[in-house]
Amino acid sequence: MGKIVAMTGNIAVANAMRQINPDVCAAYPITPSTEVMQQFSNFVADGKVDTELVTVESEHSAMSACIGSSAAGGRVMTATSANGLALMWEMLYIASGNRLPIAMMVINRALSAPINIHGDHSDEMGARDAGWIQMYSENGQEAYDNLIQAILIGESEGVLLPVMVGMDGFIISHSIENLSMLDDQQVKDFLGEYKPLHPLLNVNKPLTMGPLDLQDYYSEHKRQQTEAMELVKPAILKVAKDFAALSGRTYGFFETHRLDDAEMGIIALGSAAGTARHVVDGLREKGIKVGMLKLRVFRPFPSEELQQALGHLKSLAVMDRSESFGAAGGPVFSEVRSALYDLPTRPKTINYIYGLGGRDLGIANIEQVVADLQEINQTGKIKNLITHLTVRE
Amino acid sequence: MQKITEVRWHGRGGQGTVTAAKIFAETAMSGGNHVQAFPEYGPERMGAPLRAYNRVSATPLSLHCQVTNPKIVVVVDNTLFGTVDVTEGTPEDAIYVINTPDDPKTVREKNRITNGSVYTVDATRISLETLGRPIPNTPMLGALAKVTDVISKENLIADTKTNLSKKLSEDVVQKNLEAINRAYEEVKSE
Repeated sequence: MGKIVAMTGNIAVANAMRQINPDVCAAYPITPSTEVMQQFSNFVADGKVDTELVTVESEHSAMSACIGSSAAGGRVMTATSANGLALMWEMLYIASGNRLPIAMMVINRALSAPINIHGDHSDEMGARDAGWIQMYSENGQEAYDNLIQAILIGESEGVLLPVMVGMDGFIISHSIENLSMLDDQQVKDFLGEYKPLHPLLNVNKPLTMGPLDLQDYYSEHKRQQTEAMELVKPAILKVAKDFAALSGRTYGFFETHRLDDAEMGIIALGSAAGTARHVVDGLREKGIKVGMLKLRVFRPFPSEELQQALGHLKSLAVMDRSESFGAAGGPVFSEVRSALYDLPTRPKTINYIYGLGGRDLGIANIEQVVADLQEINQTGKIKNLITHLTVRE
Repeated sequence: MQKITEVRWHGRGGQGTVTAAKIFAETAMSGGNHVQAFPEYGPERMGAPLRAYNRVSATPLSLHCQVTNPKIVVVVDNTLFGTVDVTEGTPEDAIYVINTPDDPKTVREKNRITNGSVYTVDATRISLETLGRPIPNTPMLGALAKVTDVISKENLIADTKTNLSKKLSEDVVQKNLEAINRAYEEVKSE
């Protein structure tokens, strides 16, 4: 079963899409996600999938085509990055509001201006209130695994929400790494046939989607969306359990590394979490009690679970690969800090904004973060609540 | 501590440097390793200097930062000397594999390389004589198989064949394999 291959993150994602074999894919190219749809369109041309590929003239149209196809009753996917995701904005809310379980790969990239094609989380973080389930991936393997699981999470009973899966642009999308790929048949059996609950094309049961909804019922529909989001957590765990049985790889809302007996913690998303894990191992050999938590699921935000995982720490550094201008720290920091607020005792929590526009986060940078945490533990004082790391001042 | 071998490739756009880094990774993976291969992305133009990187380890790799202290440096185009500091960040025991008709001693003196060991191979001439075109990437891999223990020649031949067969004719693939074999034999040490 399965095989080990060496491939880039983008090609891994394209292969996940091939194995998922969606009914419809709508696509408009943008760096660094272009290669995903380029490879996938080869699969379409070679007859490896049954997908109807809709090439459109903008990302706004790509998401519109996804919405139409999903409403009609299809299993639907697309991929985009940065400004492409930004151009989808209006349609993102329509997808979630209509409860359409579309799966979208976001190859995370900085937003313009100035123009930058490299990896950061500004794009996906900007869409954090759009009603989509949001996941992040450390490497190509996780992107592949997450995307396959995303299909079933979004389609879960009571959930019916769109899912976006992030992967760091260039750092992962264009890097070759080992990948354990499942057999085509395994993925097919795992996903099963999609049975849409309310397909628009069912002429025996006509229905209307997205009609006018004013003061009379709009609030109730938004409340239902919140309730659907609450059902996502058990759905994620159930799908992860089934996926582990298939692949041997385990997933949850987050992954912890040497955190249980740690005094200090680092939280990161995406590729930087891998570098942080490496640094933690190095520092542990020197007897420094530091651990790492990699957040996989950002929406729904796993507040209660994070309280349990982080509550015992003396100090905690939250790494944000995007800026939230004028806010009290980056988006991950704001959420984590808020989650910890209700604990009777909680770690002193600080924030680092790093890696914008693909700026490298090296081993020494993360070691500096840990040195800052050590100082906080010694003095009991936070010198800088929010630090811009790896920036010329 | 995890043992990781890091490689930095210096080439120019159009010489197959990124492909070479890719084949190097696949070959190391065939040898049972965990691998990474990634280019440094800037403006992509024929002839412009570029870098590509590898990491190889027997255990899973989780580092996703830049390679800053490579043990192995491969110079695919020796006209980069003077433009690019190929010694940047290298450790005392660095291994340089350089495409040049010169012998290692001359290259070391000419370019003021003070550390590590220098190996040279005339990969451009080998590629001209075998492929009829100046694409030195596959002979550079042959030289690497000889002077490092990261990839074996047997795995390199097998993986190059698989990789190039996707895009090139049987004849051209065979000529690439010949280029690998010749570089493996002809690489010079100090």
